Amino acid sequence: MEKKEYGKLVKRRASRSPALKNCLAAFFVGGGICILGQCLTELWVALGLDLKTAGTVTTIVLVFLAALLTGIGVFDRIARFAGAGTLVPVTGFANAVVSPAIDNKSEGLLLGVGAKIFTVAGPVLLFGTLAGVVWGLIYYIFTLFVR
Amino acid sequence: MGTFFLHLFWAGLVGGLFCLIAQLLIDYTALTPARILVLYVVAGVVLGALGLFTPLKNLAGAGATVPLIGFGGNIAEGVRDAVDTSGLLGVMTGPLTAAAAGTTAALVFSYLAAILFSSKPKTQ
Repeated sequence: MEKKEYGKLVKRRASRSPALKNCLAAFFVGGGICILGQCLTELWVALGLDLKTAGTVTTIVLVFLAALLTGIGVFDRIARFAGAGTLVPVTGFANAVVSPAIDNKSEGLLLGVGAKIFTVAGPVLLFGTLAGVVWGLIYYIFTLFVR
Repeated sequence: MGTFFLHLFWAGLVGGLFCLIAQLLIDYTALTPARILVLYVVAGVVLGALGLFTPLKNLAGAGATVPLIGFGGNIAEGVRDAVDTSGLLGVMTGPLTAAAAGTTAALVFSYLAAILFSSKPKTQ
């Protein structure tokens, strides 16, 4: 193949970027997971839970499902297609906790799994907590003046 | 029944948009998935602090609470409630109390999964 011809081919392949496909997959899979979450939440409410508790139970169920699907190797296949669609819902957080835990099983169930389980959960919890504390301090100072 | 489907529509639309924004960040910036998770949790805390998370939750339900934004939103609301009831101490107890259910579920189910399953060879 001519060098020029090859360059043209590369350019054509690159310009037909998968960005649109990625966005649609993320939107529909992510939206679908949220719709599943909404169905579950409405189910718990129909069974008599209050809305806040129902949301908490939904989170626990989705985390469980994500952990199970990660364990049997299905989650990664869905995630490869869905991208941010499975990452952004709490399923992505669960997957990010489960995957390193399973992958580092060989380093031992005490220290290997115990440390690696926080590979992604650690930063998420740390910065979520830090942001919460900053907001709490601001809110506390605010209440001193308003009350 | 009509409101049920309206709830589903808003949950799917808002939740889907949060995912679409994250996909754009992955495709067009240097942000890695792990960084996006951190970004979304902090963004949720900021939304909650600005008082925007509750109206969003009222509109979109699981579309607001299921994305990791909701984890942050929960933290912000939990901190506010904790400060209301126990003052300055609430700043310390609020964040992790609000995050407790999701975190505990993730840790417990992950550990169980690590005991039960072994890593699959990556196929790509």
